[in-house]
Amino acid sequence: MTNMNLINWFRFASPQSFYPLAGKLIPLFWTLALLFGAAGLWVSFFVAPTDAQQGEGYRIIFVHVPASWMSMIIYLAMAFWAGLGLALNTRLSSMMAQALAPTGALMAALSLWTGAFWGKPMWGAWWVWDARLTSELILFFLYVGFIALQSAIDDPRRADKAGAILALIGVVNVPIIYFSVKWWNTLHQGSTINLTRAPSMAQTMLWGMLLMALAFWMYSIAVSLMRLRAIMLERERHTEWVKHALE
Amino acid sequence: MNALLATVRRDLLLALRRKSEVLTTLFFFVIVASLFPLGVGPESALLKKIAPGVLWVAALLSTLLGLPRLFAADHLDGTLEQMALSPSPLALLIAGKILAHWLLCGLPLVLLAPLLGLQFALEGQTLFILSLSLLLGTPLLSLIGAMGAALTLGVRGGGVLLALLVLPLYIPTLIFGAGAVEAQSAGLGVEGHLSLLAALLALAVFFAPWATTAALRIALE
Repeated sequence: MTNMNLINWFRFASPQSFYPLAGKLIPLFWTLALLFGAAGLWVSFFVAPTDAQQGEGYRIIFVHVPASWMSMIIYLAMAFWAGLGLALNTRLSSMMAQALAPTGALMAALSLWTGAFWGKPMWGAWWVWDARLTSELILFFLYVGFIALQSAIDDPRRADKAGAILALIGVVNVPIIYFSVKWWNTLHQGSTINLTRAPSMAQTMLWGMLLMALAFWMYSIAVSLMRLRAIMLERERHTEWVKHALE
Repeated sequence: MNALLATVRRDLLLALRRKSEVLTTLFFFVIVASLFPLGVGPESALLKKIAPGVLWVAALLSTLLGLPRLFAADHLDGTLEQMALSPSPLALLIAGKILAHWLLCGLPLVLLAPLLGLQFALEGQTLFILSLSLLLGTPLLSLIGAMGAALTLGVRGGGVLLALLVLPLYIPTLIFGAGAVEAQSAGLGVEGHLSLLAALLALAVFFAPWATTAALRIALE
């Protein structure tokens, strides 16, 4: 029985059989993203109370925090798939890593952008050299490097492997970079603002944030699967199944 | 071990035949560091404050300048493929090449830095810490840079791409290296920064030649 299961799982490791499955999953994830997004926005705009200290401006965290979470999770997922592709030489894993990278870069950019919008009214500055902001910026650079390296190499197999090594080097470096920036920041005593001092958050605020985080998850999966389908078609364009799939 | 030394000797000999390449990197370091006082003004208090950062960033950029040459020539004339086929482990030969690169591009910076530090009104003990931090930090820059050089070998727009890949990874080195010098001029302890720099170096000495070799094998396929 377990043997059967294994065979079934590996079946979807080939682009040919994953392509139709992804096609079926995409509408599901889009629907979930829209439902969670609508619920999350409703909670965050109409149900969650106005913050006593920060006023209405705090509501940007309902976008900011999920975007930051996603930017980190996607980097881990990307490195995981890239490493798997490097170790097992599976085509689909490397395509998955390639499909995740632009969404991850988008999330990092969104997190920086909304962070600036939040910082201006709260701290009076668009940017402070806080440890978290700085390491998020560096994470964004790592995403850009990965995308640039992959697109600079014409041979897709070489691009996959080089990208995988870069992603793995990046994963080892992310904690080193985070802690070095953190210690650098405390040494300089630049900003007196402490992001970690979480104010006791109202229950509804937490709910809004969780719903928005789920919406971001679903959106990221849906978009990555769409991109993955496009990559599959492009890379496998010489094969018989692609000709059938496009009919 | 002999293979490693032979690679170092070969690369040093080759560099001696083409001295200008090594000297260009050095002069780049000197010129970049000299541009800053012209840009921000000659007050010695200000210069003393920005010196650690400026000298470290200049060292980082001039190391970056020498990186594309690390494997390019050997890749073009096929030496790299012969190295991959040779009986001694490729990682060892690559470690030798990285060591030679540091001796040519890193060590001169360490020796030159105190001289430039004088221009920035740094004092005796701080100059010593500057050299010490560069002595620990420049091998790290060569090791991390070698991974980027191997990944971008023979790739379109390799030089700029190399900078994009490697510079974010240089950030911890920059923070601890410049931090040590800054802590010294502020009268704080420097052991913490230098120990972290040494720890990063130990990690990189172990992992970087290995990752570089993996990247080179991909480029050679």
